Amino acid sequence: MDRRYDVELVAVTKRYGDTVAVDNISLRIPKSSYTCLLGPSGCGKTSTLRMIAGHEGISTGDLLIDGRNVTDMPPSARGTAMMFQSYALFPHLTCLDNVAFGLKMRGIGKQDRHAQARDMMDLVQMTELADRYPAQLSGGQQQRVALARALIMKPRVLLLDEPLSALDPFLRVRMREELKRLQRELGISFIHVTHSQDEAMALADLMVVMDGGRIRQAGAPREVFEKPASAFVARFIGGHNVVPTAEGMIAIRADHCRLIPPQAAAEGLRGHVSNVEYQGPMVRVAFTTKSGVEVAALIPDNIFHEQPVAPGDERNLVWSATRAHPLAA
Amino acid sequence: MANSAASNPIDARPWTFYALGTLFTIYLLFLYGPMLVIYILSFQGPEGGVTFPMVGVSLEWFRDIVRKGQMANIPPAFGRSMLLAALVSLLTVSMSVAGALAFRRRFPGSAMVFYIAIASLVMPGLLVGFGIGLGFQFLGLQPSPFTSALGAHLTWTLPFGLLAMFAVVNRFNRSWEEAATDLGASSFQRLVYVTLPILLPGILGVALSAFTLSYDEYARTTLTIGSSNTQPLEIYALISSATSPTLFAIGTLTTLVSLMLIALALVLSSRLNRRRHGTARVETRLEA
Repeated sequence: MDRRYDVELVAVTKRYGDTVAVDNISLRIPKSSYTCLLGPSGCGKTSTLRMIAGHEGISTGDLLIDGRNVTDMPPSARGTAMMFQSYALFPHLTCLDNVAFGLKMRGIGKQDRHAQARDMMDLVQMTELADRYPAQLSGGQQQRVALARALIMKPRVLLLDEPLSALDPFLRVRMREELKRLQRELGISFIHVTHSQDEAMALADLMVVMDGGRIRQAGAPREVFEKPASAFVARFIGGHNVVPTAEGMIAIRADHCRLIPPQAAAEGLRGHVSNVEYQGPMVRVAFTTKSGVEVAALIPDNIFHEQPVAPGDERNLVWSATRAHPLAA
Repeated sequence: MANSAASNPIDARPWTFYALGTLFTIYLLFLYGPMLVIYILSFQGPEGGVTFPMVGVSLEWFRDIVRKGQMANIPPAFGRSMLLAALVSLLTVSMSVAGALAFRRRFPGSAMVFYIAIASLVMPGLLVGFGIGLGFQFLGLQPSPFTSALGAHLTWTLPFGLLAMFAVVNRFNRSWEEAATDLGASSFQRLVYVTLPILLPGILGVALSAFTLSYDEYARTTLTIGSSNTQPLEIYALISSATSPTLFAIGTLTTLVSLMLIALALVLSSRLNRRRHGTARVETRLEA
């Protein structure tokens, strides 16, 4: 029994008929950590989450939670709790009864379960709205109730399926902070599925980039961002230019690129500016090289305005060779 | 002129609005006019007949229903019809809920099973009743309200119930059930505490429509009821024999029963809906 990990996936595969949704993945999720499964739609991240939850069977492989093999156990015996994408709050129950539902199923008396549910509502700052029905709440409030309902099960691992995608951008950032705070305070593991690299970077201790049913890279966000394992990862997490050089493909961060006027013995990539986007502290200059590769430079606004460029201008895109990160073919 | 919104040609109703409005009014007259005549005539005075003019106003013909005599069969027939309709409604609901839940998952031959179940909607009711009657005779069984007639009614209400429940279940979000499982509910607890309560408004609708379909049924009932009569059969017999406004009084009373049922269903479902959606709607209106 290896209890250093909250969740361990061992060569897990999920097949639907002939299609392989998750292809032989192995992953160890350390105790009390925040993990983000990140990838484009159809990459297998949701299937992976649902297999951990027990809502999908595992075709082959093993799943360990807190050192126990739970591959064939029902969801409620695994020590996981799931927060669903649409929250799946029961529309016929008040928020308090929604939160108390898990306790009711265990046969805990009304007074006792309501008291515990109220504590949970306090934790997610929803005390006053306990007697409302879900349809009477905003999206953000519904999400807090869904969180409380999952957390009352005292899970070892909380699974979140795209928890922030239904919220507006301002609320999303606020709930993001709240999720992180809860995870820290409760000291349990959160596994959070998202297609947003911003979300993953902001939240994750462990960032797992998936594509085509496989894990393309798993590591701390900084490690993934600074040393993307492949052209796919570099492109997907964004902020990188993937360019061919004499030494092979490299990834170079857009904010490490500069534009200089074309000279006779030019270094870097020759091309022209195709678009200029003002982003506040930075200016993003989209750039098309002579060979037709689309790249970008992120330039601090004060530097950009010393030597502004406009679409159509001929320039060379340059970077310091030490910043270039070689990519495996 | 300029600040009067109604005078703006963009806001004016097109002529089609008035044409369709007229059509709808004619339809309403056609639908409720004859019924209205019956309701009025049921209060005919003791000396009056089955047509206008009204000769005074009385409750004579309502009293005639319960009086011993020609109408003696009406109260038991009414009771029989109510009981039969309640039973049909209960069976239709339980079978169509179970069926609609099962059909969420496709299984080999599911389309075939579905079409077979629905096909009895297009079969002529009289022939279905005839077939059931013949079948009972062939097997040497006595046709009776709660065997052959019950079955005949189910051939009519089940396809309707099933179709309606399909529509209800279609809007049911699978993740509600997954959430219940996630929270430790057994499959029985999931059904009782989550699936059925969420489906309840739709279930009430199916129950009510099955009840009225059965309460009104004539064609399938005539050859399967045996020696006793249901309310519609009794009324039909009276139409051909009796010529007094008592018939109208019966019509008024049965309409009242139907209206009470509908009112009950509306109150129940609006109470359910108010809890789930009502207040939220009011709030969004206030916010806007």
